[in-house]
Amino acid sequence: MAASRKPIRWHIAVFLAPAVLVYTTVMILPLFGTLQLSLFRNTPDGQVFAGLENFRTLLGDPRWSANFWNALWNNTWFFIIHMLVQNPIGILLAALLSNPRLRLRGFYRTAIFVPTILSFVIVGFVWKLILSPLWGIAPDMLDLVGLKSLFEPWLGKEEYALTTLALISVWQFVGIPMMLIYAALLSIPDEIIEAAECDGVTGIAQFWKIKLPLILPSIGIISVLTFVGNFNAFDLIYSAQGAMAGPNFSTDILGTFLYRTFFGFQLQIGDPYMGSAIASMMFLIILAGVCLYLFGIQTRLRRYQF
Amino acid sequence: MSRATSSLSRSIAAHAILILYTVIALFPVIVIIINSFKERRAIFRTPLALPDSETFSLIGYRTVLDQGNFLLYFQNSLIVTVVSLALVLIFGAMAAFALAEYRFRGNTLMGLYLALGIMIPIRLGTVAILELMVASGLVNTRTALILVYTAQGLPLAVFILAEFMRQVSDDLKNAGRMDGLSEYRIFFRLVLPLVRPAMATVAVFTMIPIWNDLWFPLILAPAEQTKTVTLGAQIFLGQFVTNWNAVLSALSLAIIPVLVLYLIFSRQLIRGITAGAVK
Repeated sequence: MAASRKPIRWHIAVFLAPAVLVYTTVMILPLFGTLQLSLFRNTPDGQVFAGLENFRTLLGDPRWSANFWNALWNNTWFFIIHMLVQNPIGILLAALLSNPRLRLRGFYRTAIFVPTILSFVIVGFVWKLILSPLWGIAPDMLDLVGLKSLFEPWLGKEEYALTTLALISVWQFVGIPMMLIYAALLSIPDEIIEAAECDGVTGIAQFWKIKLPLILPSIGIISVLTFVGNFNAFDLIYSAQGAMAGPNFSTDILGTFLYRTFFGFQLQIGDPYMGSAIASMMFLIILAGVCLYLFGIQTRLRRYQF
Repeated sequence: MSRATSSLSRSIAAHAILILYTVIALFPVIVIIINSFKERRAIFRTPLALPDSETFSLIGYRTVLDQGNFLLYFQNSLIVTVVSLALVLIFGAMAAFALAEYRFRGNTLMGLYLALGIMIPIRLGTVAILELMVASGLVNTRTALILVYTAQGLPLAVFILAEFMRQVSDDLKNAGRMDGLSEYRIFFRLVLPLVRPAMATVAVFTMIPIWNDLWFPLILAPAEQTKTVTLGAQIFLGQFVTNWNAVLSALSLAIIPVLVLYLIFSRQLIRGITAGAVK
């Protein structure tokens, strides 16, 4: 009964082939290649299988583990600042912008999104100049409001540098949560808002009781995007503080740690095997975070169909 | 009466917060640009003043154009971004069409496979990507960057475009089939023009990270001939760190093209992000 069988639909394969081919060879295979490489070690006899030896070194050898936990903790702090500062500000701005009677909405939206389109290199340098005690813009600005005594060379002090960089990154990316929440707020049907107004729920109470529960799924997506972005960050720290993530590694995060390990720095030679081990740890951390969100949080969020 | 005043004060408060934040967002950019047109002493003495006839100077820009190969870097960035973008759009649209249009075994699985890359950053594969590029002799070529950025952009492109292609009417496509159009013609002639707005959105989202990326140019193509603007600016800034005129001018030269592009496309970008939300 060959005649009744469907012919092979070659066009499906043709449509899929280029994307699947590029994606597989340049993204998926290298990802697994990196995971695999982390299980090997270089010896005078060439590359040998080392099992979990690299991970044992990374977590057990004090020289490595101190750096690793430092980078992981710094990265976590970097993420916490984003969650506490970036996302609430983004939500506040979106809530203000979503008022249809507000004038100049388009202007505010465009202006606040400007930092997001700039490259990390520009952002890192611009803030380095502005916060530089040499130029004196930041102390002068503080002087205007009478707070000059508060000025410190924030990027140069161990205790402030990481928080300062996190806030710079917040400055750059606040546009993204703002836009996504703004879109979510616009999609709330007018009838719901009108019904709330009939019941006398307006203004701030309306935001907390009606709108916020409805945009919780969007806030969840923003949180997971922030998580992936933060644990994959590198460029801002590198362009503001260099690969050594100074002062004294106080701004070292997983991305800069990976870069230094892989390429080496100063007297240490680069080590692709340990580099792969760090990349694999980052992979596991990101995967764990995404799974936690998908299975732990997203399924519990109530979605409303309009 | 009281209601009107409370709504007025609320609207003033809203504007106050938004203006404050707009100033925070724009202030650093504006300070850099105005000071890039000033002479060295004025940069330090009156950093917040606009340049006047006495303090106006283009010396920084002259240094940048003499010392840096910025024209070449700019050209490299442009080629890499435009070619990657074109490949992401065409390959992404084709794959999205296959997933959205045909029912075949493994369709869902293929969709999930292609979506994996949205959550897992390609950067984590860098070690193996560099090995791959060394093995194929592509280190320090623009091709290496184009391949990486194409792979990086595809997952999101396929995901968004497939959503839009599911909304294209079946009747239209079936009418095309009745007229004897091949599946390829249906895709290129009927479907592609209809999803053009979605393509523009995907284009903007794909373009910004490619243009701004520092990691892959630094690792895969650091040679002078293949440097992108972002990498070139990073290195230039590192070398001229004490020459404030040059640094400020280099920063302005890096900001202005992106800013102009953004202002042209901002309407499109915002419409894209809020797509489906506007009733």
